[in-house]
Amino acid sequence: MKPLTPTALAFSLLFGLPTVCLAGSADVVVEGAWARASIGTSRPGAAYMTLRNMGNDPVTLVGLATPLAMMPDIHESKTDANGVSSMTPAGEILIPPGESVALEPGGLHAMLMRLQYKMVEGETFPLTLNFADGGTVNIDVPILGIAARGPEG
Amino acid sequence: MNRRSILTYGAVVSGALAVTLFIGWWRVDGPGAPEPVAQRPLPLGQMEFQLNDQGGETIGPRSLLGKPSMVFFGFTYCPDVCPTTLSDISGWLDDLGDNVADLNVVFITVDPERDTVDLMAEYVSYFHPSIQGWSGTLDETVRAAAGFRVSFEKVVTDGEDYTMNHTASVFLFDAQGRFATTIDYHEPREFAVPKIRRILTRAEEETP
Repeated sequence: MKPLTPTALAFSLLFGLPTVCLAGSADVVVEGAWARASIGTSRPGAAYMTLRNMGNDPVTLVGLATPLAMMPDIHESKTDANGVSSMTPAGEILIPPGESVALEPGGLHAMLMRLQYKMVEGETFPLTLNFADGGTVNIDVPILGIAARGPEG
Repeated sequence: MNRRSILTYGAVVSGALAVTLFIGWWRVDGPGAPEPVAQRPLPLGQMEFQLNDQGGETIGPRSLLGKPSMVFFGFTYCPDVCPTTLSDISGWLDDLGDNVADLNVVFITVDPERDTVDLMAEYVSYFHPSIQGWSGTLDETVRAAAGFRVSFEKVVTDGEDYTMNHTASVFLFDAQGRFATTIDYHEPREFAVPKIRRILTRAEEETP
């Protein structure tokens, strides 16, 4: 690990950021996050976004946390040659330096299982992305209508 | 090598070539070709099943005859593929405007255990008003899926939770119930909308 400059040290103390994340996950930018409103709390929800790694090191997304759902996880929908769709946990997501990973309808998505409260259109919910380097990225995800097709609605 | 043996060689080589070509044809396009894995749905008039629409009315494949139809399968506990399909379809129907009055649009659940008539009614109410939601017993769901050549399977994810793998294509039928074509999952609007328009125009042309 590189020795800390006094400024970086002051910065990390001031904002309580773990210093290691200045190298990897701190360079992750989340764009265009959105989710669909839910009907009640019995069905799982899904959230979408693009993760961009602006840094020089690969980063690995290892998990999610949110007060909205007891079991948030990255899942992937796939449709085979016969048109049959299935969904499975996607495991860890590696984002090489300079590249981005899209969580979008019909592919990777943040699967929000065991909703603790209803996802209401017009509100947002906090989502924490956990990375392999121990760093986290916190975002607020806007909740759009049930029939939304993308971040624009 | 004399002239005679050259001719013999030539005949053998071209004969072998002909046999190879024939075998190739037989296995790829001819009677020996494998059955396509994804079969076409039956005509609606030949299907046999009884489900309930979102109002609780008993309906079946023959309820769709007389108008062109768009039918697809899914389940309301599906967080990604199904709301995406229903939103895509709602968008296509918006594009078609008033013409959709002449179209049956049916969403059939592959998860009758959880998707009751009331749940289906609530779910479809969030999408385009033309979309109907059909549900029924597991036996009748199996019969419906068989008619459309749709496959579905319950997959346990965690303890009591489960998800459904299922065919996510959208099937188009003409007013006589003949299968017209398929719109694949997530097919772009510029391909999907003309396909629907085609079954609608065909219905108009055939109306005396």
